[in-house]
Amino acid sequence: MIEIINLCKSFNGRKVLNNLNLTINTGETTVIIGRSGCGKSVLLKHIIGLLKPDEGQVFVDGKDITRLSNKALSQIRMKFGMLFQGSALFDSLSVWENVAFGMLEHDNKKKSDVIGRVRECLSIVDLRNVEEFKPAELSGGMRKRVGLARAICMKPEIILYDEPTTGVDPITGDAVNDLIRNLHDKLKVTALAVTHDMTSAYKIADKIAMLYDGKIITVGTPDEIKNTSDPVVKQFISGEAEGPITRGGEDHG
Amino acid sequence: MLNIKKGITVLGTKAVEFIRYIGALTIFVGEIGFWLFHPPFRFKQVMRQTARMGASSLPIISLISLFIGMVLALQSAYQMQKIQAEMYIASLVALSVIREIGPVLTALIVAGRCGAAITAEIGTMKVTEQIDALETLATNPINYLVVPRFWALLISLVTLTIYANFIGMVGGYIVGVAKLRIPHHMYIKMTFEPLRQSDMRNGLYKSFVFAIVICIIACFEGMRAKEGAEGVGKATTSSVVRSFVLIIACDCFLTALMYFIGR
Repeated sequence: MIEIINLCKSFNGRKVLNNLNLTINTGETTVIIGRSGCGKSVLLKHIIGLLKPDEGQVFVDGKDITRLSNKALSQIRMKFGMLFQGSALFDSLSVWENVAFGMLEHDNKKKSDVIGRVRECLSIVDLRNVEEFKPAELSGGMRKRVGLARAICMKPEIILYDEPTTGVDPITGDAVNDLIRNLHDKLKVTALAVTHDMTSAYKIADKIAMLYDGKIITVGTPDEIKNTSDPVVKQFISGEAEGPITRGGEDHG
Repeated sequence: MLNIKKGITVLGTKAVEFIRYIGALTIFVGEIGFWLFHPPFRFKQVMRQTARMGASSLPIISLISLFIGMVLALQSAYQMQKIQAEMYIASLVALSVIREIGPVLTALIVAGRCGAAITAEIGTMKVTEQIDALETLATNPINYLVVPRFWALLISLVTLTIYANFIGMVGGYIVGVAKLRIPHHMYIKMTFEPLRQSDMRNGLYKSFVFAIVICIIACFEGMRAKEGAEGVGKATTSSVVRSFVLIIACDCFLTALMYFIGR
């Protein structure tokens, strides 16, 4: 379980997260929605310890990761897999070295086992015969899939997705959504995705939380979110240019 | 009054930025110091980086060292011929190359070539979230990226300096023997006669320090890169400029130190 308590973070005097509270239950896929630049990725980076909060705590399976030493944090990170917005593949390494990176770094497995696992992960994300390619030789959608294969290679308990469908065409985007849903069903992992793509959010989420003004303003199932009466959430999910969000949020709450 | 206030504010901001920079640099150096002696040790990567940096710099170092050796011989010939002391050209070339020009010039070339490449590579990794990805895969970026480059730069720079010294002396020899008609055996004798072991050692101490400076600045600037391609460009420029300034400053300091210690 991941518990975020009173999380605050400012950049250059601008409060991006302001007393944010959220609980993510084990085995659930939670999607965080919100406008671009509202702090979704910042929140994700706090959960895996890439950023330190100004105030507040982040508990992962009961351990406050904001106070851990680098060594202990590394151990906690072994539980995580993360898919980055731009895939963040290591461009000096081939696809297979990218996917196998965690295993080559941390497991003393035989090379044949590693190759087997890499092939398995690549086939889960529907990729074949790309092992020797460099990331620069792949399309955006393929890079996203390789990023996903790398995220699941170490069999993580928690997977974080940063904008999983951004930058790919709608068909590839839907395939990525299916992959995320399948991973959840097959591997029973806890997943947290941030996105502003509502089609994706409805498809993959068990729960949807909306981040607005540095806080989580609502949490609910996809159906609850669809039928919400909160004007801010309503404007966001319907994608209207006019509403409380664009007027500065005076109608909310 | 307003201008004075503005001036003080700008000055204060710059001072705070400078102190922050020094603080972050100190922490960075501390982390490198820690990971230099802590596993995992990445010999393969060190070898790969050494081959890349060393081999790629070899042609340009050969060319520049050869020309500098020739120029040194020709320039000193002007003065030496006036007092009929041409044979000392060999000693002058050997001493200047080994004590000063070899280490400094090699360091400047390596800072411009390899230091810039390191900053651009690490900077690009930073702005494309590859460094974050390394951390999420429980791999320390300093251990994975910086430490192998540190050892590689140390090995390459010291080796390249020895090579540059040799080529520089060959340049002097070509001019001395072919143009100035100094007899071959005399040139060789006058090259090695004034050389002491300490000359060679002091030159190599310098290149050792220069390698550390280049690596720290290049990697640090790369790690600080932000805001896309423009940020990487800025980081690469400041990496080269700061390395150049620091190399010359360290050279001045080390030369003075060696002069006073050696007295």
